[in-house]
Amino acid sequence: MEKMMLLGDEALAQGALDAGISGFYGYPGTPSTEIIEYVQRSKQAIEGKVHRVWSSNEKTAMESAIGMSYAGKRAMVTMKHVGLNVAADPFMNSAFTGANGGLIVTVADDPSMHSSQNEQDSRFYGKFAMIPILEPSNQQECYDMAFHAFEISEKYHVPVLIRLTTRLSHSRAGVQRREPGSQNPMKKPEDPFQFMLLPAIARKKYKNLIQKQDDFVRESAESPFNQASFDAPDRSVGIIATGLAYNYLREVYGDKPIPHPVIKICQYPLPQKAIHQLYESCDKLLILEEGMPVVEEMLKGLSWGGTKPICGRLDGSIPRDGELNPNKVARALGLPAEEGKPIPEIVSPRPPALCVGCPHADSFLALNEAMKDFDRGHVFSDIGCYTLGFMPPYNAINSCVDMGASITMAKGAADAGLYPAVAVIGDSTFTHSGITGLLDCVYEKSNVVIVILDNSTTAMTGGQEYTSFGRLEEICIGLGVPREHIRVFIPLKRNWDEMVQIYKEELAYEGVSVIIPRRECVQTLMKKNKDLMEKQA
Amino acid sequence: MKKDIILAGVGGQGILTIAAILGRAALNRNWHLKQAEVHGMSQRGGDVQSHLRLSDSEIHSDLITMGQADMILSVEPMEALRYLPYLAPDGWLIANKTPFKNITNYPDIEGIYAEIRKHPNHVLIDADAIAREVKSARGMNIVMLGAAATHLGFSAEELGTAIHQSFIRKGEAIVEANMRALEAGLNAQ
Repeated sequence: MEKMMLLGDEALAQGALDAGISGFYGYPGTPSTEIIEYVQRSKQAIEGKVHRVWSSNEKTAMESAIGMSYAGKRAMVTMKHVGLNVAADPFMNSAFTGANGGLIVTVADDPSMHSSQNEQDSRFYGKFAMIPILEPSNQQECYDMAFHAFEISEKYHVPVLIRLTTRLSHSRAGVQRREPGSQNPMKKPEDPFQFMLLPAIARKKYKNLIQKQDDFVRESAESPFNQASFDAPDRSVGIIATGLAYNYLREVYGDKPIPHPVIKICQYPLPQKAIHQLYESCDKLLILEEGMPVVEEMLKGLSWGGTKPICGRLDGSIPRDGELNPNKVARALGLPAEEGKPIPEIVSPRPPALCVGCPHADSFLALNEAMKDFDRGHVFSDIGCYTLGFMPPYNAINSCVDMGASITMAKGAADAGLYPAVAVIGDSTFTHSGITGLLDCVYEKSNVVIVILDNSTTAMTGGQEYTSFGRLEEICIGLGVPREHIRVFIPLKRNWDEMVQIYKEELAYEGVSVIIPRRECVQTLMKKNKDLMEKQA
Repeated sequence: MKKDIILAGVGGQGILTIAAILGRAALNRNWHLKQAEVHGMSQRGGDVQSHLRLSDSEIHSDLITMGQADMILSVEPMEALRYLPYLAPDGWLIANKTPFKNITNYPDIEGIYAEIRKHPNHVLIDADAIAREVKSARGMNIVMLGAAATHLGFSAEELGTAIHQSFIRKGEAIVEANMRALEAGLNAQ
């Protein structure tokens, strides 16, 4: 088979396709988006009728993947780390039901928060759910682990978590493919109790999951992705490097062998026996891991009655937050870590900004005008490009917490007596988690103005489709928003007076209003025009 | 042999196209390659960079170690300076002169040029003007690639082949426009 140049995300997608997957489910989120985008372009996926349509949110995606597993087929659900919070309910319970067809939960973490509101580490979730975790260290492992994860999932009837991080998701390298396999036939679960979590059955399921833990540890000990080498001469420190951290460790020694005993860990639960051996044979342990000190905390709890130091992010050997890099690893090992010249003082920060011609810009400026007689602090917002409305020159919004929170925070603030209480949310985010919040508002006739910025795409992640496209008014009417208080305008400078007037009227209305500024994202529009021109050329 | 290159610019300026062409040229030599990209929020007009690592032996880290980059290749002058901590003392700083001003506090451009000129190994060219001269309106990034070529150890033929491979599905006219940009860049350094 040929070698392909693939992002980590793409390598995992191609691996799953070649391993005979029948369906991908997910909601876009950096750095996970490129998995399903790759599948949507893949001829192999299209010919194999592999499911690859975006879901409304991570919870609906996770549940659909469980359903496909129920039917005996291999499925994967993809999301960014904070998406797993949304999908946490079905995720945790899927550990109890287990899998029928192989089930992979792929979560891409974003240490250093390049494009996220926190840097939570999904390995905690895997441990919490008591399921095996795979953490690839390179693009080839991304590909190979898709096969391995499906095998473990079907062997033990358990979902498997694959944890990616930004630098692997969005880094490209050569990947060697294998011969593609075929999809599973339809096969309902043999055990009619398997997916039935009534309390009496769930208790048995929990015992069953506990019993599997020894198997999972044995699988980790025998895993081709975990490697222990105890032969190195310098036992002043033993190193445990997980996932990407292993690459940085090798990088700092270049062509030379690593002088210390090392365990590379890319499959969990921890291979405890090998780690115990490392602890016994070295003066101290250094834990290198991308993300939070998950392994370090576990080992501090174990430490086998000894008092040797276990070093890492908790004792400051590695900075407590932020992603790893070769320099941080070199410093932790006491090696010289050079840097080039400092950044000259003349360099200004260049934060991301709304694009020139962005419809949100017009929507924000008109909103500011309509609200100029009120003090600041009345506009709750959400997750998307429009979060950049916080920055000058707009200074238009006052919060960004989680998907959908704009509407429900506005409601809570209105309940507390804040007037006006305005929510600004994107069309895709509204679809993801805003609809139920709006229903809360309608039910209590809350005095809120909900602005649904409709640019007809999921823009921040690069322009994906979403499930309520073209039906926002219908949905709002269906939820019970009064028709005369659902107002639509085209956010353009020439409509200035109309926009300001509509905002003012709905701010004055006591009850639930929905305002929908509707104009296509300039990025997707440019892309469409470019594709059209290339077709014509 | 290894080449560690920081590609820099502003979201949307086409640094990933440069990376793709260099990557192809490296693959044509059967070299190893790792290329870390920036996706997501920063692509909305923010500063973006790509770590491109090319080597005839195995590459471990996706990120370049600070102080060890062989080159910073920036399609925007101020962005060239943002990544100086990555550049090796004898590394090359290759920058476009045309600023991309999407911030209100963009510094004095002469001050930026002066900082770039402080670096012993630098190339500072107006790639936008050169691209216009050779009627390759969107070829600014390819002019920059041409200006960097000899310092990377890739021949004009190798890069020409890679450009042909990268653009041929868009038609001969696009290939030729990019070839003109490459040649102009090669002559400009």
